[in-house]
Amino acid sequence: MAEDSLKLLGNWVSPYSLKVKWALKLKGIQYQYVEEDLQNKSPMLLQYNPVYKKIPVLVHDDKPLAESLIILEYIDEVWKQNPLLPIDPYERAKARFWAKFVDDKCVPALMAAFSKRGEEQERAIKEAHENLKILESGLEGKRFFGGETIGFVDIAAGWIGRSAQMAGEIIGIKLIDAETMPLLDSWFQDFLGIPLIKECMPPQDKLLEHIKELHTKNLTAAST
Amino acid sequence: MMASSAMVTANQLIIMAELKLFRTWSSRFALRVVWALDLKGIQYDTIFEDLSNKSSLLLQYNPIYKKVPVLVHNGKPLLESLVILEYIDETWKQTPLLPEDPSERATARFWAKFGDDKVLPSIWNVFIKQGKDQEEAIVTAQENLGFVERQLTGKKFFNGETIGLVDLAFGWLANLLSVWEEVCGATLIDHEKFPLLLEWIQNFADAPIIKESWPPRDKLITKYQAHHEVYTSKEAPK
Repeated sequence: MAEDSLKLLGNWVSPYSLKVKWALKLKGIQYQYVEEDLQNKSPMLLQYNPVYKKIPVLVHDDKPLAESLIILEYIDEVWKQNPLLPIDPYERAKARFWAKFVDDKCVPALMAAFSKRGEEQERAIKEAHENLKILESGLEGKRFFGGETIGFVDIAAGWIGRSAQMAGEIIGIKLIDAETMPLLDSWFQDFLGIPLIKECMPPQDKLLEHIKELHTKNLTAAST
Repeated sequence: MMASSAMVTANQLIIMAELKLFRTWSSRFALRVVWALDLKGIQYDTIFEDLSNKSSLLLQYNPIYKKVPVLVHNGKPLLESLVILEYIDETWKQTPLLPEDPSERATARFWAKFGDDKVLPSIWNVFIKQGKDQEEAIVTAQENLGFVERQLTGKKFFNGETIGLVDLAFGWLANLLSVWEEVCGATLIDHEKFPLLLEWIQNFADAPIIKESWPPRDKLITKYQAHHEVYTSKEAPK
């Protein structure tokens, strides 16, 4: 497949474009990567995603696709090797449910836990812990959500491990508690330890610097 | 709905053995599932829930969200209406809701998600706000509706000639929108700006099977009048 027929518009720090990178890497698909400056979006991005003006956008044979989970399903349907979703419709429904649960419930709570203060922050932390505990139940005691190998939910959610850990260190609160969520904790470790997963991740120090900058911005905003 | 005997195979009889849908009389999300099952001619039992007094079965099947719809197939619960729709489409292949081409499927999923993430909340915002806030909410809602309108260019339904997933996902536009407009006194969809949407609303609302399931309009008006009073009594008009 010609590399120029597949293009990914992404951003180095975005977990959403990271998910797509992981899926493409897992399936051994060649593509052209275009780094977008989110403070200065390219005309190409605005043309390919006029509705949201966001990355990631996957462009395949000039057809743009947006929304990371939708892109993941597309990749899985076009390239059949190393499938992300299981075959059984009920298992597929469970996978879609958990991926949506992560985006709808876990991520907003974690972001609020990181960016809010006082009572609001306490509530957000409690909610984040509760939702992560619920997510842990979705593992059903397996090593990965995909079973013995990683799949759709692992790729949809695994990025939280690194970001939440760093964010937690900065605000002084354990967002992922190995004691109360041991299975989730070891899942994060196992997932983030996989070579192809590690290879695609942003450099540790740059990611930490970025999260620290976000924290400073939050503090400044809160005090003005 | 009775499936015609020509369509029902031995396998389907086994699959149809235990199918239960938990819904409420008015839930726009549960209605999507009703339509999907009815369009495919699938038999199922309906359990109507009173959300102020949820059944222990509902809480058992959906402990995380405690909401409808829940579709239970052979004892296994399915949650989230769009996830349920995809499950139905994958399990029963007649009258497909999604096209076969992967990029068309991705496009359909995109618009269904846009409907739930952006269109619905922005229109609800118009419904619950007043004065200047409502004016601003109308601008946002109409921007979102503009994207939706353009998707209907050259098509009878979002899915083309036949109803599909995106049509079911936007189904609430064909009945609830006019209820909310009537209750709150704002008009969102007019002939000048949204001719295709208005036509789609007509075609969808009158489509066979779809039209058999609409909740009674007068009950919806009463329900949303009560909602509106609650919301507008909290705020002074600006």
